[in-house]
Amino acid sequence: MTKEDIRKPENLVYKKTELLTDKPLSYCPGCGHGTAHRIVMEVLEEMDIQDKTIGIAPVGCSVLAYEFMNIDMQQAAHGRAPALATAVKRLNPDKFVFTYQGDGDLAAIGTAETIHACNRGENIVIIFINNGIYGMTGGQMAPTTLPGMKSSTSPYGRDVHMMGNPLKMTELVAQLPGTIYVTRQAVHTPANVRKTKKAIRKAFENQKLNKGLSFVEIVSNCNSGWKMNPVQANEWMVENMFPFYPLGDIKVND
Amino acid sequence: MKELRLMKGNEAFAEAAIRAGADGYFGYPITPQSEVMEYLMAEKPHERTGMVVLQAESEVAAINMVYGGAACGKRVLTSSSSPGISLKQEGISYIAGAELPCVILNVVRGGPGLGTIQPSQSDYFQSTKGGGHGDYRMIVLAPSSVQEMADFARLGFDLAFKYRNPVLVLSDGAIGQMMEKVELDEQRPRFTEEEIIKNTPWATTGKTKDRERNIITSLDLDSAKQELHNHALQAKYKLMQEQETRYEMISCEDADYLIVAYGTSARISQKAVDVLRADGIKVGLLRPITLFPFPTEIISKLADQVKGILTVEMSAGQMIEDVKLAVGCRVKVEHFGRMGGIIPSPTEVVEAMQTKIIGG
Repeated sequence: MTKEDIRKPENLVYKKTELLTDKPLSYCPGCGHGTAHRIVMEVLEEMDIQDKTIGIAPVGCSVLAYEFMNIDMQQAAHGRAPALATAVKRLNPDKFVFTYQGDGDLAAIGTAETIHACNRGENIVIIFINNGIYGMTGGQMAPTTLPGMKSSTSPYGRDVHMMGNPLKMTELVAQLPGTIYVTRQAVHTPANVRKTKKAIRKAFENQKLNKGLSFVEIVSNCNSGWKMNPVQANEWMVENMFPFYPLGDIKVND
Repeated sequence: MKELRLMKGNEAFAEAAIRAGADGYFGYPITPQSEVMEYLMAEKPHERTGMVVLQAESEVAAINMVYGGAACGKRVLTSSSSPGISLKQEGISYIAGAELPCVILNVVRGGPGLGTIQPSQSDYFQSTKGGGHGDYRMIVLAPSSVQEMADFARLGFDLAFKYRNPVLVLSDGAIGQMMEKVELDEQRPRFTEEEIIKNTPWATTGKTKDRERNIITSLDLDSAKQELHNHALQAKYKLMQEQETRYEMISCEDADYLIVAYGTSARISQKAVDVLRADGIKVGLLRPITLFPFPTEIISKLADQVKGILTVEMSAGQMIEDVKLAVGCRVKVEHFGRMGGIIPSPTEVVEAMQTKIIGG
């Protein structure tokens, strides 16, 4: 089969969802954001709810998510996405609403908004990309930075006595009665991508059924922030991040 | 049909907001404005009109809920008092940057810091000169009665949507807490989904196949584009100055002396004008209703007529800077005010006029 044959529509087994624009992604090569964007958009397309969905973009590397996601979107101030989403959903109960946030956004400056939106049980989806570092501003320590992990503001490694312990937001929000589905996933292998997509689908299905808040953490890499190449970063993530942030469902209230 | 009631300023604002067709209120309690949310919660507007009322976890969350709601083309509002408004400044800057319509009520109390819960006008700079970061302005309406608390809720929404800009109602603890007769407008319907799509085509209502996606953002990393955006904002603020300047003139026709005062200070000053006129001193009162846009032109005109101007403000003197800009050095401009939550008495204003302007 030639390249031309493969490109024939009848031979294509996979194509890019129309809910991703053609704009080149601004993420570093090997970063998980691109895959995470793709599967969120695929889920919206498969559920055929793109015309009823309003997304909330964060501050951080994914600040320009609205440039890549071909749906109506709002850009929130740092950490405030769950507050925007709360109002959007309350005022438009028939719409689907999700936030897409990094760890600095969701677990540091936006801790209050995150916890209270979860505790109120807003009928929204929160997608939380955790790479344990502040990517956009140049690799500073995040609330999720591991003990001993080096960053530009913890150059000798995170000293928990001096800098505090990493915050497990997902375990924390799982304790709140307002959350209906809390899960931690990853997108570093095809199998994990499939699992994560299934989790995101479940989260949006929950919203469709007015069940409450679904929280999907995606543990991801930050090659540039971690000062590694993509392969090393994924290996380091498996060895170091996953033991501290174990993958799997934490709370499933069906 | 209009309805006459005896109400607190805060309650009148809340009731008027429901009747103005508000879709949502998001707030956080702080004295002396908590009656706004208390009234709304007790009134159950979700049963009357479908309006959503939510107590947020903080002022920061509340103003960002306003951002989210406004971005959907809804009529949304919040209220707070000075320290709470300081917390909302981040959100207000984003709302101004993203050009979203909303109404914000500030029932001012004495500051700085935690200050006092008594009335003050010391948030003038914050309200009219920015408050949050970046070059932006809000239309600032300054009520001096419970009636205007009600009227400005509706006017606020109309102006906010006309200009796609936040509108601030700058009240104070005295007007928020006092009870007066108020004539309430009849109920206006909330926007329908069709109206929102037609009148606010920029709103995030869900991207249909027949249009491009709508994005609400205040971000543009391209400096050249960001400057263009700022130019467009400034052009809008200039248009507001040309079209929305509002003020009231009391006994100014033959005035030899002028008092400039807004809100509670204007009510006190009106009494002082009566006392001075009874003594044969011709004093007029210019009451700015919009603090931005400021009634610069009329004050400049009056400066050619009068021998001196006194600004009366419950602050160390903030609006006086705008009056001086309008007047230049043509006539003497002095300030009288009390701070820390104290309302000046008409007698004090009369004395200040006599010592600082007439005899000064």
